[in-house]
Amino acid sequence: MTLAEIRDLLDAKMVMGEEKLHMEIHTAFGADLMSDVLAFARSGCLLITGLSNVQAVRTAYALDIAAIVICRGKALNDKFVETARELGIPILWTPFIMFETCGRLYREGLTGCVKEIVVEDIRSAHEG
Amino acid sequence: MPMKDNEKYLEGRYEIQGRDFVDAGLVSSRIKKSLKAMGVAEDVIRRVAVLTFEAEVNIISYATQGTISYYVLPDTIIIEAIDVGPGIIDIEQAMQEGFSTADDSIREMGFGAGMGLANIKRSSDLFEITSEPGKGTCVKCTLMIKGRVQSEET
Repeated sequence: MTLAEIRDLLDAKMVMGEEKLHMEIHTAFGADLMSDVLAFARSGCLLITGLSNVQAVRTAYALDIAAIVICRGKALNDKFVETARELGIPILWTPFIMFETCGRLYREGLTGCVKEIVVEDIRSAHEG
Repeated sequence: MPMKDNEKYLEGRYEIQGRDFVDAGLVSSRIKKSLKAMGVAEDVIRRVAVLTFEAEVNIISYATQGTISYYVLPDTIIIEAIDVGPGIIDIEQAMQEGFSTADDSIREMGFGAGMGLANIKRSSDLFEITSEPGKGTCVKCTLMIKGRVQSEET
């Protein structure tokens, strides 16, 4: 599904990256803990998080994550938006909680970039 | 310019201050940008960015100060994270997933799950760690780039 469709499904505001609205996204990862994102998420996925600090943007950049959805209506500071612009990461902002956010996207066909954590697979996560 | 075997053609070093939480991840982003500009394969860059991020968070969280250095050689990339700090008394325990001594300021930043060292090891082809309690810790990671770095020859 496209970033524009994701925006509409989540009643979200496009904070950054209007020019990437037609980008196709197929998978997602949801977490507030960047330790787990760095360990388990895969490149090209959508990151759904309630952590609206600059570390979330830099984590997304490290992993080549396609875009970030900030959920639970978390406040965004200037540094966060500025870093997202600098690193070219599109940002959507939704008032929905993470469960509602994930549910709406899953129902429409978006799937997890990993389904479950198999410890031996973590290494390959960074090669995929 | 033609490169000889093992000739170093990009290196850099960043100083990191302990407890500088605001800047966590900055070194990872900068090293990633440098490697992208060199045309290093994306999967290798991703692994370097991930392990550098983890090393950076470790220095900020636990050490007084430290440095992260990177060396791009024709076939390998070496990342060295060296810090001055309390060191690690039991490395085997610190390597276990889920083991963490993180405080609230680390967790508020989104880290401290006890995944860091294990993730650094997994992201590396060769991982070495030495630590002297009361002095500091040294982590050295080597990644094979299988000759996929674009030549600088023109």
